[in-house]
Amino acid sequence: MDFNDTTAEAEYRVTARAWLEENADAYRAPPATPWKLDEFIARSKAWQAKKFAAGYTGITWPKAFGGQGLGPMQSIIYGQEEGRFHAPSGLYSIGLGMCIPTVFSHGSPEVAARYVPKALVGDEVWCQLFSEPAAGSDLAGIRTKAVKDGDDWIIDGQKVWTSFAHASDYGIVVCRTDPGKPKHKGLTMFIVDMKAPGMEVRGIKQMSGGSDFNEVFFNNVRVPDAWRLGAEGDGWKVALTTLMHERLAVGGKPRHAPGYATLLKLAKGIEAPNGGPAIEAGDVRQRIAQSYINDEGIKLTQLRALSALSKGQMPGPEQSISKVVVAKTMQEMAAFALDLAGGDGFVTQDTDPELEKLQGAYLWSAGLRIAGGTDEILRNIIAERVLGLPGDLRPDKDRPFNAAA
Amino acid sequence: MNFDFSDDAKALGEQARKLFADKAGTPAARKAMAKDAPAFDAALWAEIAALGWTAARVPEAHGGLGMSAEESCMLADAAGGSIACVPLVSSLLATEALLIAGSDAQQAKYFPGIADGSCIAVAAWSEPGAANPQALAVKAEGGKLHGIKAPVADLPGAHLAIVAAAGADGPSLWLVDLGAAKVETIETLDLVRRHGRLTLAGVAAEPLGDAADYQLWLDRAAVILAYEAIGTATAAMTMTVEYAKTRVAFGQTIGRYQGVKHKCADMYIKIELARAHALHGIAMIGSNGAELRQAAAAARVASLDAASFCGEEAVQLHGGIGFTWESDCQFYYRRARTLSAALGGRGWWADRLVRALELRNRAAA
Repeated sequence: MDFNDTTAEAEYRVTARAWLEENADAYRAPPATPWKLDEFIARSKAWQAKKFAAGYTGITWPKAFGGQGLGPMQSIIYGQEEGRFHAPSGLYSIGLGMCIPTVFSHGSPEVAARYVPKALVGDEVWCQLFSEPAAGSDLAGIRTKAVKDGDDWIIDGQKVWTSFAHASDYGIVVCRTDPGKPKHKGLTMFIVDMKAPGMEVRGIKQMSGGSDFNEVFFNNVRVPDAWRLGAEGDGWKVALTTLMHERLAVGGKPRHAPGYATLLKLAKGIEAPNGGPAIEAGDVRQRIAQSYINDEGIKLTQLRALSALSKGQMPGPEQSISKVVVAKTMQEMAAFALDLAGGDGFVTQDTDPELEKLQGAYLWSAGLRIAGGTDEILRNIIAERVLGLPGDLRPDKDRPFNAAA
Repeated sequence: MNFDFSDDAKALGEQARKLFADKAGTPAARKAMAKDAPAFDAALWAEIAALGWTAARVPEAHGGLGMSAEESCMLADAAGGSIACVPLVSSLLATEALLIAGSDAQQAKYFPGIADGSCIAVAAWSEPGAANPQALAVKAEGGKLHGIKAPVADLPGAHLAIVAAAGADGPSLWLVDLGAAKVETIETLDLVRRHGRLTLAGVAAEPLGDAADYQLWLDRAAVILAYEAIGTATAAMTMTVEYAKTRVAFGQTIGRYQGVKHKCADMYIKIELARAHALHGIAMIGSNGAELRQAAAAARVASLDAASFCGEEAVQLHGGIGFTWESDCQFYYRRARTLSAALGGRGWWADRLVRALELRNRAAA
C-alpha cells in the first residue's frame, strides 16, 4: 500500500501547489468578517476567471467544452490543494459540479456550446431547481409543470431549497410534462433563465440565521424547446444523472469543519464536571475516540475511492456511507463539545472562535442531515442498492400522477 | 495512491473463504459445541497447514512463505466469517510476536513447527481479577513466570504460548512451552472456541523482546483481531439481510420496512468504518508508519462495536427464532464477547487511541 501520488500525480500536484501559492495569496485565511453577497460574488467571479486562465476549471471536462480532458485524480488533487486555502469557489460548485455536466450530457451541441464555456469561466452562475414544498425526498412527486406552447414550453410552479438562486443566471429545472403518466415517467428537464419574466426568487432564512437558499416561483415562464435537456418524458433519468455527478464528487466532512481534534483541544483546556482536566475524563475520551473513528473512518473510506480512481477503477459501494456518518457525527460531537464548555458554549457574544465554530457546526449539521439526501433516504439507499433489500412500499408508483389516490 | 489489498492477498482471501464455506461454517461450529467434541477440528487444521496458511507469515528461512500482514488479515477475516473451529487466528497472533521480537535462535526453534502446523501456538493476555481486568499481574522473576492467564483462546491442545507479563521497564512478552505449565479448560460464553486457564507457578520462560516490542505486537495483534471481528460482523449482517429478503410479515418481506432495512444499513456502516481503520492499520504495519498506534486502536474499537451491533441486531431482526438455540444467531452474538475478551475491551482501546492522538498532537505542536 502506498499513500503517495504516482509520479504523474505528484508532478501535477507540485505545479498546482506552486500556482496556488502564487495566486491564492489573498486567501490564506478566512475573511475576518464574512463577505457580503456582492463582494462574495465579485471575488468568486474573479477567482474563477483566474483558475480558468490557468487551466484549473473543468479539469475532467472534454477539451471541446473548455475543459482539460484529464482524469478524476487530477481534479481531486487540485481540489485538495485549493482546499488548503479559503478561496471562494462555493458559488460554482452546484453549477459546475451538477448542472453543467447535465447540460453537456443531455443538451444539444448548440446549447452546450452557448452555455458551457461561460459557466466554466465563471461569467454565468447556475442553480439546480429540483426540490419542491411537496416533493423533497420523493423527487418524482414534483408538481411544477411545463406545458407545450408552439416551439416553447410554459412553466408554472414552485421550487424550494434552491442554493444560490439569488445569485444565479441560469438553472436546470425538472418539470412535469405529462400528468397522465405514472410519476417517474411524465417528467422533463429544462434550462431556465433565472432573470426571465415570471421568475421570482425569495430567500429562505435558515434556523442557523443565514440565508443560502431560496424559494423560486415560476409564473408563466417561457422556455424554448431548444432548452430541453434530454427527450420529453426522460426527466427522471436526466435528474438521476445530475445526482450521480454529485455522488461521484468525493465529498465528506466540509473542509475546515470541526472534528475530533477540536474536541481534544477543547477538553485539554476545560475542567470536567467531577474535577480534573476534561481530557482525562473517561466519557470525554470515549467521545473523542468515537469522533475519530467516524470522521477519520470516512476520510480513510474516501482514500479507498481515490485508490480505485488512481487505478482507473470505479470506487466501491462503501462510499455510500460518507454523508450519513459525517452529518450525524458533526451534530453529536458539536453538542457534546458545547455542553462540555458549559455557558461559554451557549453564549454567542464575544465567543471564543473555536466555540463559535462549534456553534456554527451544531446549527449547520441539522440541515446537513437533511440536504443532499436525508439520513433516512441514505440508509434506504445503502439497504436497497448495496445490500439488495427490497424497495419501500410505494402505493403511487405505477398510478397515473393525476389519478385520485 | 494504493490503499487496497494486493491481488495475491485477495486471491488468498477468496481461497480461504471458499474452503471455510465448505469445511467450516456454522454447521461445523454447532458440532464443536458438543460436550465431548475435540478442542478443534484436527482434519481442517491439517488441511490448512498443508495449504501453507499457518506458514503464510513465517519467514521463508524458517520454512514459511514470508507473506505480509495483508495475508494474515485476509485469513483472519475468513476465519472470523466462518466461525472456523481451528486455532488459526491464535497462531497468527503468536507468529506476529515471534516475527517482531524473536531472536534468530527463537525463530529457528519455533517457526518450523508453527509453519507446518505441528506446533499450535496461542497468545495469553487476559487475566482474572476484579481490580483491573486490563492490567497485567503475571510477572517474571529470574526467568520464571508467576500468575494466571485466563481466558486464553485455543489454549486446550496448544503447545506454545506467547505470554504478556509485567516488567520493570513495562510489560513485555515471554515464550512458554506449555508442556511444563498447568493448563485447564474453562467455560466461557463462547461455546465453540475452547478457552483455557494457564497457571504459571514459577514456570520457566524465554524472554521475547522488550517493552517496545510488546507495544508493537499489541498494535499488530489488534489489526489482525479487527479483521476477525469484521469477518464475524459481516457474516452476521449477511445472514440477517438474507433473512430479511425472505421472511414475510403484514403481507410483505420484512426487508421492505425501514425499521428493518435501516438496521441493516447501520450494520453495513459500522463494518465499513471498522474496515477503513483496519486497512489503515495494515498500511501502517507494512510501512512501519507512525500512525500504527492510532490505526490499530481505532480498528479494534470500531470492529468490536461492529461485531457487537451486528450480533445483537441479527437476533433482533430474526425475531423469536433468532433467540432459539437452533438459530445460528447465537454464534455471532456470543463471538462478539470472545473478540472483546481476547485482548482488552473497547474502553481500554478507546483510551489507548486517545493517548496516541494526544502524543501526536504534542509531537506536531
